[in-house]
Amino acid sequence: MATLVDFRAEKPNWCPGCGDFTVLAALQKAAVNIGLEPENMVTVSGIGCSGKISQYMGSFGFHSLHGRSLPVATAVKLANRDLTVVAAGGDGDGYGIGMGHFIHAMRRNIDITYLVMDNHIYGLTTGQTSPTSDKGSKTKTAPDGAVEEPVHPLQMALMAGCGFVAQGYSGNLKQLTELIEKGIQHRGFSLINIYSPCVTFNKVNTYDFYKSNLVNIDEDASYDKTDRFAAIRKLEEHEENVTGVLYHNPNKQAYDEVLRGYPEQAIAKNDLKITRDEWEKLAVQFK
Amino acid sequence: MIKDLGWKVGGAQGEGIDSTQDIFALSLFRLGYYVSTYRHFMSLIKGGHTNGKVRITSDISGHHGDDLHILLAFDQETINHNFHELIDGAVLIYDTAIKDAQVPENDNVHICPVPLTEMAKEAGSPIMKNMVSMGVTAAIIGLTPDDFRSVVVDKFGGKGDEIVESNIAAIQKGYDFAKENFKASLELPARPEVKSERLYISGNDAVSLGAIAGGCRLLAQYPITPATEVMYQIIKQFPKFGGTVVQAEDEIAAVMMAIGANYTGVRSMTATSGPGFSLMMEALGLAGISETPLVIIDVQRAGPSTGLPTKTEQSDVYTMMYGSHGEIPRIVLTPRNVEECFFFTLEAFNLAEKYQCPVIVATDLYMGMNKQTVESIDFDKFNINRGKMISDEQLAELEKGAFKRFDVTAEDGISFRSIPGQKNGRFVAMGNESDEVGVEMEEPELRVKQMEKRAKKLAKFNDLAGATYVGAENAELLLVDFGSMTGPQREVYEALAAEGVSVGHLSIARLLPFPTEEIKGYIHNAKKVLVTEMNSHGQLKNQLKQFVGGDHNKYESCLKYSGDPFLVNEIYAKAKDLADSLKKEVTL
Repeated sequence: MATLVDFRAEKPNWCPGCGDFTVLAALQKAAVNIGLEPENMVTVSGIGCSGKISQYMGSFGFHSLHGRSLPVATAVKLANRDLTVVAAGGDGDGYGIGMGHFIHAMRRNIDITYLVMDNHIYGLTTGQTSPTSDKGSKTKTAPDGAVEEPVHPLQMALMAGCGFVAQGYSGNLKQLTELIEKGIQHRGFSLINIYSPCVTFNKVNTYDFYKSNLVNIDEDASYDKTDRFAAIRKLEEHEENVTGVLYHNPNKQAYDEVLRGYPEQAIAKNDLKITRDEWEKLAVQFK
Repeated sequence: MIKDLGWKVGGAQGEGIDSTQDIFALSLFRLGYYVSTYRHFMSLIKGGHTNGKVRITSDISGHHGDDLHILLAFDQETINHNFHELIDGAVLIYDTAIKDAQVPENDNVHICPVPLTEMAKEAGSPIMKNMVSMGVTAAIIGLTPDDFRSVVVDKFGGKGDEIVESNIAAIQKGYDFAKENFKASLELPARPEVKSERLYISGNDAVSLGAIAGGCRLLAQYPITPATEVMYQIIKQFPKFGGTVVQAEDEIAAVMMAIGANYTGVRSMTATSGPGFSLMMEALGLAGISETPLVIIDVQRAGPSTGLPTKTEQSDVYTMMYGSHGEIPRIVLTPRNVEECFFFTLEAFNLAEKYQCPVIVATDLYMGMNKQTVESIDFDKFNINRGKMISDEQLAELEKGAFKRFDVTAEDGISFRSIPGQKNGRFVAMGNESDEVGVEMEEPELRVKQMEKRAKKLAKFNDLAGATYVGAENAELLLVDFGSMTGPQREVYEALAAEGVSVGHLSIARLLPFPTEEIKGYIHNAKKVLVTEMNSHGQLKNQLKQFVGGDHNKYESCLKYSGDPFLVNEIYAKAKDLADSLKKEVTL
């Protein structure tokens, strides 16, 4: 059995106090709690502070291009369905340049878990407006306040048919760990949006802000997680400041379960050679 | 030029022109002739003029031929657009259903009006006019309706015997009508003896089969003309081989998926054309620096931008060789015929894994979408070589975390690769520069070492011949080309050689690593170097100047960028002029 030590790699160089530390810790704990082995797990990330997580997580990793973690993660899972695949990125990465892939990964319902470290700002490029920045928020690129509406990733996911939609918060390691465990165990695409405060560039969406505004629906026994519209109403009601599992539909079939001819055995373990007989069957259509 | 017979069918797009062309070409192929085809079509679904040409020869050729001997017209536009191509003694067959058909005056062309649609209706359905016209053609070129039977059975057998027989009856009707009404007769070239397991196949299908034989088991692609057919063929076949196809949301996703699957140990590729290839540029660099194998098929079409989506060009040379920011090792292969489309794609997977870098296979619409006779594809030449993959046993011997995925001490610059699932093989592939273990770093000395490591990979590349030369030793006139231009250019070379010109033909099979050493002797010896290519900048010529150099004044270009493929005569005229100018120099 792997332990936390096995999932530790390089020492993170995030700013002290960065919310991403908790995300990493939660991911490591979740992996241990589920009983994963580091070699059977792949963490794929994009670019930005969040993108560094693949280097710090002791699993196999792919630190890809800005916004492109989901296509890579999709292919890793398709190539070897025995692997546990986690894609991770930030709000700029995943909801800006990577928005198209986000929607399509949900359409496919590929069996991966997507962690988005949402700090409402561009951190690594030193503080510009991000797709989730609140309207009116002042940044280096919006000195008079952002004029665009922020994107609403959770609502989008609910509308796009995502089978597991949750939100966590870096100030609550225990809940976040549980959410990641549940997300990984969900067969199909799972989105976990994580409020992960940027202590350097975002002076509004701080730990204090979340402490006094977040509502934990996991503590509400009357909340029906299978009701998509209840989830949307909940988000609207609390201006999205909700944590917990908002929606879970375990009955959706994952992409690899519905693909025509998709093999039981992981493709990566297939023999590559074709036989003479197979070749002749291929060639005959051109005779 | 090779003795041939050129046949063309034309009509409105959506009228079954493709299938008419295919039935004719496949029938002649099965009779043992060599066939080369060309589809002329527009970027729309229905309406507009389209035509398909078939050239029949008694020897292998890589060109659909300049001459037209039979034109089969289903509409007036076909006559308007193509009549002028008919040579003396040629035949125009047109459907009398064309109202008030206008045929240009030409006493040297046999005009054969045939009630194609009417006879097809009598045979059961107006769509069988293509079959009636097969019969008319058969009568003119000395074949019998029975010569088309096997193709009819294969195409329509699934719909029942009745359909087969009514199609055969339609062919017979056309045949009888022509025998009764026309005296025109044309001679087919000599029928060659069939000694090998030939195929009648397009470049796109050959690429697809090469990928399957090369162990590709994941294709991620976004539809784009003229590369989409690659996806069609592979979707059809992969379930039998345990592979899977993803229709990606865009070309960026497609190439990233191909990278992701290769990283996971599955041979994977994407196929695209110019506009899609442009979108893949950033990812190309990622594959290079992360040392992830990657195969990209670029079926070039006429650019820039969306340019002429259904027309051919070879104008992605610069993009393939230099595209993406920064500097990475890469291999660019340029198959010159359909058989090479197969083998170069197969080999691309071996090379991508051997050198852990991107391999681009460059074809074009002309070769990709048009079928030709391929002499044979030899199963015994199939091979899979996965390069330096580290074994579980080797990993077990290492201390935990000691695996150096990007080991700079490897003399050939190629370090061992692990894949997810291998215990103790953990590493992070990334677009950032990293140290030997794979940890992101910016130290100048380490950066230089990693750059040098990657540069070493291809320094001694000799896996595939980079070029082929035929011709006189120290030829004065050197004809150079790459890709699909090799077919027509070979005919030009043969014509000039037969005239006694001191000529050589050098065809480039690989743009990177550029085969400088292999070709420089021929270039330095020649007095004139004529580079024939389908672009306007002379992109290949400029590479020759850069890599081989010598007197830049000796390089000449023969260029075409109208979207239509070269005629052999267009190249011949330019080459002949050069040959004559060289002769003059000698006389002076």
